[in-house]
Amino acid sequence: MDARVEQRSERRLYRFHGGLHLPDNKHQSTGQPVRPAALPTLLVLPLSQHIGAPAKPLVAPGDSVLKGQMIAAAQGAVSAPVHASSSGTVVAVEKRPVPHPSGLPAPCIVIETDGEERWAELPEPWPDFEQRSADELIQRIRDAGIVGMGGAAFPTSVKLDPDRPIDTLVINGAECEPYITCDDMLMRERADRVIAGVAVLRHLLGVRQCLIGIEDNKPEAIGAMTRALAERDLPATEVVVIPTRYPSGGEKQLIRVLTGKEVPSGGIPAHVGIVCHNVGTAAAVADAVLEGKPLISRIVTLTGEGIAAPCNLEVAVGSLASELIGQAGGYSARASHLILGGPMMGFALPDDGVPITKAANCLLAASEREDPDPGPALACIRCGRCAEACPVTLLPQQMYWYAKAKDLEKVQEYNLFDCIECGCCAYVCPSHIPLVQYYRYAKNECWDQERERKKAEHARQRHEARVARLARLEAEKKARLKKKKAALKKKPDAAGGAADPKKAAIEAAMKRAAEKKAKLAQEGVTPANTEALTEAQQRQIEQAEARRKEASDGKQTSESP
Amino acid sequence: MHFSITNSPHTDRPNSVVENMLWVIIALVPGTIALTWYFGWGVVIHMVLAGVAAIAAEAFVLRLRRRPVKPAIADLSALVTALLFAVAIPPLLPWWITLIGILFAIIVVKQLYGGLGYNPFNPAMAAYVLVLVSYPVDMTTWLAPRMLDPHPLDFLQTLGVIFGQGLPQGMTWDAMTSATPLDVMRTELDMNKMISEIRQSPLWGDFGGRGWEWVGNWFLLGGLILLYKRVITWRIPVAFLGGLLVMAMLFHFLDQEAYPFGLFHVFSGGTILGAFFIATDPVTASTTPRGQLIYGALIGILIYIIRTWGGYPDAVAFAVLLMNLAAPTIDYYTQPRVFGHREADGE
Repeated sequence: MDARVEQRSERRLYRFHGGLHLPDNKHQSTGQPVRPAALPTLLVLPLSQHIGAPAKPLVAPGDSVLKGQMIAAAQGAVSAPVHASSSGTVVAVEKRPVPHPSGLPAPCIVIETDGEERWAELPEPWPDFEQRSADELIQRIRDAGIVGMGGAAFPTSVKLDPDRPIDTLVINGAECEPYITCDDMLMRERADRVIAGVAVLRHLLGVRQCLIGIEDNKPEAIGAMTRALAERDLPATEVVVIPTRYPSGGEKQLIRVLTGKEVPSGGIPAHVGIVCHNVGTAAAVADAVLEGKPLISRIVTLTGEGIAAPCNLEVAVGSLASELIGQAGGYSARASHLILGGPMMGFALPDDGVPITKAANCLLAASEREDPDPGPALACIRCGRCAEACPVTLLPQQMYWYAKAKDLEKVQEYNLFDCIECGCCAYVCPSHIPLVQYYRYAKNECWDQERERKKAEHARQRHEARVARLARLEAEKKARLKKKKAALKKKPDAAGGAADPKKAAIEAAMKRAAEKKAKLAQEGVTPANTEALTEAQQRQIEQAEARRKEASDGKQTSESP
Repeated sequence: MHFSITNSPHTDRPNSVVENMLWVIIALVPGTIALTWYFGWGVVIHMVLAGVAAIAAEAFVLRLRRRPVKPAIADLSALVTALLFAVAIPPLLPWWITLIGILFAIIVVKQLYGGLGYNPFNPAMAAYVLVLVSYPVDMTTWLAPRMLDPHPLDFLQTLGVIFGQGLPQGMTWDAMTSATPLDVMRTELDMNKMISEIRQSPLWGDFGGRGWEWVGNWFLLGGLILLYKRVITWRIPVAFLGGLLVMAMLFHFLDQEAYPFGLFHVFSGGTILGAFFIATDPVTASTTPRGQLIYGALIGILIYIIRTWGGYPDAVAFAVLLMNLAAPTIDYYTQPRVFGHREADGE
C-alpha cells in the first residue's frame, strides 16, 4: 500500500492549456449510498443510444420479453444492440420523445413491465476470462450492448479492436463536470467491480501499463480504488491522482495529463498507443464478461437545487426521467431548468418525459440561482479570456467572428473541428455569448456543406456522363449521315465504280432484268402477270386482246393516209 | 413537467462586460485623485463634462441606428472612453474642445464602425490625436503642478476658465502654466543643453517632473488593480514598458547627456496610463499571447522614437493608434499551436 502511494506521488503529471477551476457542487448528491430505483411500469428504449447506426428491432408489439433479452440488434460495425431492462410485454415500436438536443422524437421500443423481473437465458459467465481470446471477449462485450458510459456513448467493442499496438490503457475516473457524482459513487461502492473490468480490458488489449486517473476532489473514491487495486494486484496498474481542473476528464486532456502525449488532431488515442475507457464502462465490461449480463442499468445522479433530495440511483435503462425525479423526493419549488448531463456540456430538456439512456449520467434540476438567465449576449469585446481558458489552445473569439459571418472556410482554418465543446470559453465570456452554440452551428453547416458538396459532385458526375453519352450518340448519328451523304455524292460517278457491293448487286440485278426483257422482246413475248390464270380469265384476256387488236388495226388503217 | 430551454453552460458566469468596465473606472480613481491634487479641479470638471457628452452622444447614435440604447449605455464603455480622454487632456482645456473630442470618439471612431467591439481604433486616443493636431496650443498648455504654482485656482475659478470666462483678476497664463516635463526636455535638448544641466530646474523630481511622477505612480497602482482583478493580462503592459525602457536605456548608455535615462520615460507623459489603461483596451489590441507581447513592445519602441525624433512631445496616442492598425495582422501571424497539431500546423 505505502509503496503504491509513494509511487503514485512520484509519477510526473502534465498540464494542458487553459481549463477552469469550477465550483464542483458534488457534495449535494454524495450524502447517501446509491440505491436501486423502483422498477418503472413503462420502459422506453431508444434504438439509438450510441454513436453509429441505430439498432434494428427484433421484437414487435405484443411480444413478451425477458430481462436481459436482446430486443434490437446492432447494425453495421459501429453500432450496439439494445436489451430489455426488465421482463414484460412490448406495447409499441414507435417514435417517442428522447433526450436529444434536437428535441425530435426517435424510434423506441416501449415495454410494459410485469414486475416479475424474469431473466432471459444469459451467456455463460467467464470468470476464467484469461482463457478467452480477444475476439471472443470483444464479441461478448459487443453483444452486451456496452457503450462509453462517460457520456459519448461510443460502442466499446469498436474501441477495443484497434488496428495498431496499444501500450497504455487509461481508465477515466476524473469526472470533472460539476454536480455529477455517479462515477464517484461507483468507485466508492463498487471499486472491486471497476478493477475487475480493468483486469478484463487489460488482458484483452495486452497493454504494458494501465493508469486510472481520478481528480483529487474525490478522496473516498481514490481510497476505495487504491484498496481494491491492492487486493487484486494487477501488474503495472496505478491509481493516479490528478489535480481538479475542468475538463481533465476529457479523453484527450486526461491522456495528456497522465502521459504527456497529445492525441493528434483528427486522430484517436490509438494513434499514440492508448485506449481510454470510463470507470462505468469498465464495470459494465466486468458484468458482461464475468457474469454474462448485458448493459441494462446504470447509476444516475439526480441533483441540483430543483430536486428535493439529491442522490444517486441505480436505474434501469429506459426509465423515464420524471419517475426517477419522483423517487428523489420530486421537484423542489426552486426547480427552473432540467439539464441532462452536467452544467457545462449537458443540454436542457424541455420536458421530463424522456427515458434515461445508457450514457445519461446526470439529471440536474437547476434553480434560477444555479442556472440564471445571462440576458441578451453583448458584443464581443475581444478580451481574449476565451483563448486563455480553451483547453485545446484554440482562438474561440476568432472562431466566433467567422462562425457568425458564416465564413465556413475561415472558421475551419481556425481549427473548428478540434473544438471539444467543453464550454470553458462560454463560461468565462464577459459578454455572455453562447459560443459553443455558434461552433455547433458552424460544424453542422460544414457537415451540411460537405453533404451538399458530395451530392453536387455526384450530380456533376452524372451530368457529365449524360453529356458525354449524348455527345457520343450525336457523333454516331453525324457519322452515319456523313456516310449517307458521301454515298449520294458518289452515285453520279458510280457507273464505273463497283466500290459499293450493294450498288453493284443492285446494278447487277437491274442488268439481269434488262437482259431478260430484251430476250423476251426478241422472242415476241410481252411480259405480263399472266401465269396461273383460270380458263375463263384466259378467255376474257384473249377476247380483250382481240378487241384491242381489232380496234388498233382499224385505227391504224383509218389514220393512214 | 415542462421547462424552458437555456443555452449551456448552465451556470452562473463569473465575468461580465459591465464588471470589467467598472473595474477600469475604479482603477482610474487613484491616478485621478493624484492628478486633481497636483493640477486642480479641471481634471474632475472635464471628466464630468466628457462623461455626460459621451453618454448623450452614444444614446443619440444608437437611436439613429435603431439599436437598443439602454444595454449599450449600461455597459459603461462610453463612460470609460470619456474618462480616459479626460485624464489625458490639459486640465484647463476649453470645454468645447473636450466636446469635439468626445463627439468624434463616440460618434465617428466607435459607433460609425459598429459600436462596442467593432471599432478598430481606440476611441479616446483617436479623439486625443484629433484635438491635438487641431488645437496644438491649447492641448500643450498644462498647468504647473501645485508645488510650483503659488496661486492655484479654486473650483469656481477653474470652472470659469474652462467655460470661457477668462482668468480671474490678477492672474496671467504665464504664471500658471508650464510646459510638460517631456516638452521641456525636448525643447532644451534641442537648444543643445546637457541633461545634467536641464535637470537643475526645480521642475524635476526623482525620475520625471515633480508631481508628474507621482501621478504615474498612482496610475500604476490602478494598473496593478486591473492585473489583480484579471481585467487585463501582464503581457501588454510589461512588453510596452519593456520596449520603451530597452530603447531608452540603450540610447542613454550611448550618450548620457543627450538621451534621458529609462525611468524618465516611464514616469513622464502618458506612459503608465498608456501601458495599463490605453494599450490594454481589448477591442483594439492584439489578442493572442505572443501577439500581445509584440504589440506592447512595438508601442513602447514607437513611443521612444516619436518622443525622441518626432514632432510631438508625447507619443502614446500616436503609437497606440499605429499599432491598432497592425493588431489584426499580428494576431493572424501569432496564432498559438493548437492541441494535437504539430508546430508547423499551428502557424
